[in-house]
Amino acid sequence: MRQLYRFHGGIHPPEFKELSNGTPIVSPPLPARLVVPVSQHLGAPAKPCVAVGEAVLKGQLIACADGRVSAAVHAPTSGRVVAVGEADVAHPSGLLQTCISIETDGLDAWIEKTPLPNWQEADNETVRAFLRDMGVVGQGGAVFPTALKLGVSHLDTLIVNGAECEPFISCDDRLMRERAQEIVEGVRIAGTLTGAREMLIGVEDNKPEAIAALTAACAGTPIEVVSVPTLYPSGGAKQLIRILTGKEVPHGMRSTDFGVQCFNVGTLYSLKRAIVDGEPVISRIVTLTGELERCGNAEVLLGTPVEHLLAWAGVNTRCDGVIVGGPMMGFPLESRVAGVGKAVNCLIARSDTLLPPRPPAMPCIRCGACADACPAQLQPMELYWHAKAREFGPAQEANLFDCIECGACSYVCPSQLPLVDFYKFAKDEIWAAERDKKAADRARARHEFRQFRIERDKTEKAERLAARAATPAPAATPDAAKADAIRAAMAKAAERKADVAPPTEDAKRAAIKAAMARAAAKKAEQQDAGTPPKPALDDAKRAAIEAAMARAAAKKAEQQGTATSEAEAVPAPAPKPAIDDTKRAAIEAAMARAAAKKAEQQSTATSEAEAVPASAPKPAIDDAKRAAIEAAMARAAARKAEQQGAAAAEAEAAPAPAPKPAIDDAKRAAIEAAMARAAAKKAEREAQKGQDPQP
Amino acid sequence: MMYAPYLARPTTVSTVMFKVLAALLPAIATSVWVFGVGVLVQLALASVTALVTEALMLRARAVPVAPFLKDGSALLTAWLLALSMPPLGVWWLIVVATAFAIVFGKQLYGGLGNNPFNPAMVGFAMAIVAFPAQMAAWGIPHGPLSALDQLGWIFARELPAHLTLDAISSATPLDYLKTHIAPDMSATQVMASPLFGHFGGAGSEWVAFAYVAGGLYLLQQKVIAWHTPVAMLGALGLIAALMHLADPWYYSGAPFHLAAGATMLAAFFIVTDPVSAPVSARGRLIFGAGVGVLVYVIRVFGGYPDAAAFSVLLMNIATPLIDRYTRPPSFGAANRKRKEKSR
Repeated sequence: MRQLYRFHGGIHPPEFKELSNGTPIVSPPLPARLVVPVSQHLGAPAKPCVAVGEAVLKGQLIACADGRVSAAVHAPTSGRVVAVGEADVAHPSGLLQTCISIETDGLDAWIEKTPLPNWQEADNETVRAFLRDMGVVGQGGAVFPTALKLGVSHLDTLIVNGAECEPFISCDDRLMRERAQEIVEGVRIAGTLTGAREMLIGVEDNKPEAIAALTAACAGTPIEVVSVPTLYPSGGAKQLIRILTGKEVPHGMRSTDFGVQCFNVGTLYSLKRAIVDGEPVISRIVTLTGELERCGNAEVLLGTPVEHLLAWAGVNTRCDGVIVGGPMMGFPLESRVAGVGKAVNCLIARSDTLLPPRPPAMPCIRCGACADACPAQLQPMELYWHAKAREFGPAQEANLFDCIECGACSYVCPSQLPLVDFYKFAKDEIWAAERDKKAADRARARHEFRQFRIERDKTEKAERLAARAATPAPAATPDAAKADAIRAAMAKAAERKADVAPPTEDAKRAAIKAAMARAAAKKAEQQDAGTPPKPALDDAKRAAIEAAMARAAAKKAEQQGTATSEAEAVPAPAPKPAIDDTKRAAIEAAMARAAAKKAEQQSTATSEAEAVPASAPKPAIDDAKRAAIEAAMARAAARKAEQQGAAAAEAEAAPAPAPKPAIDDAKRAAIEAAMARAAAKKAEREAQKGQDPQP
Repeated sequence: MMYAPYLARPTTVSTVMFKVLAALLPAIATSVWVFGVGVLVQLALASVTALVTEALMLRARAVPVAPFLKDGSALLTAWLLALSMPPLGVWWLIVVATAFAIVFGKQLYGGLGNNPFNPAMVGFAMAIVAFPAQMAAWGIPHGPLSALDQLGWIFARELPAHLTLDAISSATPLDYLKTHIAPDMSATQVMASPLFGHFGGAGSEWVAFAYVAGGLYLLQQKVIAWHTPVAMLGALGLIAALMHLADPWYYSGAPFHLAAGATMLAAFFIVTDPVSAPVSARGRLIFGAGVGVLVYVIRVFGGYPDAAAFSVLLMNIATPLIDRYTRPPSFGAANRKRKEKSR
C-alpha cells in the first residue's frame, strides 16, 4: 500500500454524482451549426485559416496555433464555414470572442487521419509540435497546451489526475470506466516522453468502478492506480501531488521543479487519440446534469451550442440558469447559444431547489472555519478583510495569490460570505493597477519626450537662423546648412559629456553610439543604491534627452521631413531593407531611448516610493529604495518579455502545469514585479516605523 | 445568478450562537439549584435589556434590525454576563451592566464581528469597577431565601423580618481566601471552611463542572477549538501547581484555582469567543495561556478576588498583535523559502 499524504483542510460537500454517473457516454445528435471558438486554450488564440464559404472536413485544421503557447483548432464535423467572427462563448467574462461557425452537412466525413506512429523514434520537439497542431490541451479545466508540459525529461513522478473531486461532475469517471485502455495507453506515451520514473493515476475512492477498470487496464504495466480519500479539492493539481508524493508545490513554482508533472485523464485520452489514431481534439466528454430529464455524459463535438445539448437532454421548467463547470468553481453561462469549448467539463441546469440560494450574508465573526478548510493553508478571513477594505498590499502579504479559488472557505462560512468573489476582485484590482501603471509610465515618457522635442526644434531653428545670418554666402546649399546644423547639435551633445568619442566623419553613427554608451552608464549609475533619488531623475531625464537627440540627428540624416516618432511609440516595426543605414540608425536610437526610459522608470519608481511617507526619514530608506529599483527592473523585464512574445519564450525551461487562472510568462513577471513593489513599500514602511517612536 | 460556490453548508451565525446558548443550559440549571431562582431573574433581566438595547442601537446605526437580533449574539452576551454576576444582585446592576456591554462593548465598535473586546467582560468589568459593594455580595449556596423572597430582595432590596444581610450573602471563596490568609493561617486551614466545598467552593464547583460539560459539547460540535481552553487551563493549573509547590502555606493548589470562580466559564465560553480572540491555532494557544497566567497573577497578587474579566480584556488588546505574528505559513511556503535561499 502506497503511503498517502494529507493536505490541509478540505471539505465534504454533497456529491450529486449519482445524477449522471449511472449511464454510459452517449453521442448527442449533430447540431445544424457549430460555433467553434478559436481560443479554447490558455495562451494566444489560434489564427483562423479558413475562409467563409469554404467546405471543411471533419478533423480539418481551421485555426492554426499562434506561437508557442497556443493550440490548433479543428473542424469537429464536415460542413461549410459560414462565419468567422465574434460570437458568444462559454467564458466567465461573458465577452464575445472570435469563433468559426460551421454549417454541418450531416455527412460527418473525416479528413485523412494523420497519426504519429513513430513517436518513439521522433524527437521530443517533433512530438510536441504535433500535439500542438492536433489541439491537445489540458482538459481538467485550465486548458493549458499539453505540448508545453511534455518538454521535460527524467521526471520523478508522472501523476494522472482522475480525482474529479467537484460535485455533479462525472465525465472523467465515465471516461475511466469505459475507455480505461486508451487512457492507460496515453499515460504510457506521456510517461515515455517525460522519462517518468513512476506513473500514478490518482482516483478518489468514491469511484470504485473507475478504479477497477483502470487497475485492470494497467495490469502488466508499471502504472499504478491509487485510490485517494474523497475530500474536496483533492483534484487540484497541487493537492493531488501532495497526496500522492508528499511534495508541496508553492505558488509561483512549477511542479517540474520538484520532479512531478500532472495530467488529467481526459487530456491523456485525447493525447492517445491524436498520436495513435491521428484524430485531433474535436470533441470532449461533458456531464449534463441538474434539472434535466436525462442526466448523463455526452461525447460532445466542440462548438455544439449549449442550448442544443439542453434541448436534447430535456430541460425542466424549474431550471433558471446554466452553470459551466462544477458548483464549487464553475461560472454562470451568459448565453446559451455559446459553443462548448475544450474546458467545458460539465453543464448544470440549476434551480433554487437544486442549489438553494445562500442566506443573506452576516459580518465575519472570525470563527476560523475558513482557515480550517483552506487547502492552501491561508487565513481566508484576513484576505477577506483586506480585500473588502481595498488593502491590496496587505492582501498580497497575506498570500492572496496562493489562493486557488476552490471555494472551500466560502462553503463552510457560517456568515455565508461569498469569500472567493472578494479574492477575485482583489486579484483583478491588482492586475488592473499594474496595467494602469504601465500605461501611465508610457504616457509620461511620451509626454516628456514631446516637451523636449518642441524645445529642441525651437533651438535648432534659432541656430539655423543665426547661422544663416552669420554666413549669408549664396554658396551654402540647403544640404550643407542642414549638415551644419547636425554638426552643431553633435558638438553640443559631445560638449556635455567628456568621455564621448571625438566626432568622426560618420558623425551620425558616433553620436548614436555615444548616446547608447551614456544610457548604459546611466543605467549602471541607477543601480547604485547610494544615488539620491532626485538627481537620479534628472540624470534619467538627461539620458532620455540625449538619446532622443541622437535619434533626431539620425532622422535628419535621413533627409526626410517625415517624423518617425509616432512609429517608434509602437513596438518595433519590422525593419525593411530599403533605406538601410538611416533606418538602422533610427532603430538603434530608439533602443537607446528605450534604455533611457527604463532608467527613468527606475528613478520614478524610486521617487514614487519616497513620496508616500511625507516626512520619511532619510537614512534608513536605502533598503526601500533598492527594493523599489528592483521592482522597477522587474517591471521593465516584464515589459520586455511581453514585447518579445512567444519567440523568446522558446529558450525557457520546463513548462508549468499552470494553476487555474494560469498565466503566461509575461503576466507572471508582471505579478512578480507587483509583489516586489509591495515588498518595497513594506520595507519602507518598516523603515519609517523604525524611525518613528510614536505608534 | 450569483457566483461560485453554489453549494454552502447550511450553518449560519445563528446556528453557532444558539449552540453556545444550548451549551449553557446545564450550567444554568445547576446555578438555579445552588443559588435559587435569582439566577433566572438575572438571566431574564439581562436578556430583555440586551435585546432592547441592541435593537435601539441597530436602529440608531440604520442597520436592519431583525437579522441581527435573530443571530443570537446579543442574547449570548446577556447570558454570559448574567451568569458572571451575583445571583442576588440588585436588578439595576445587571440592567446597567448589560446595556453597557451591548452599547460600549459591541455596537459602538460596529456590532457583530467588529468588537475588539468580549462584550460580556466589558460589562462585568464596568460593574465591578463602578459598583464594587453590590458586586461583592454573593449569595450563600442553598441560602435561606424562598423564591418569592429572592424576587423581593432583587427588585426592592427587602428582606423577610427574621433575616439579616449577613445571613443571605457571603464572600466568594476566592474573596474569602484572599482576605483570610495570614502568617498564622495557611491556605489549607482557610480552605477547611465549609464555604470551599470539595475543590473550589461549595455549590459553585458543581456549576463549574456543568460549564465543562457544556464546553465538551461545543468541542464535539466543533463550535469551539480545543486550543484556547486547554492553553488557559493548562497555564493556570501549571502556575498554581508550581506556586503551591514553592510555598504551600500561602498558595492554594491547582484544583482550587481550576474549579473556583469563573475559571471554567471563562475557559469554555469566554476565551473561546471567536470575535475577540486570535484565529490561528498558535495564536489561540498564546491567547489562552496569557489569560491563564493573568488570571492567576490578578487573583493572587492583584486587588480583585477574581480575574477572568480583566485577564480576557487584557489579552483582547493583544489579539491583533498575536494574529499578526502567528499567521501560519501557506501551502509549500517552506519550499519556496528554501528555493529562494539556494538562489
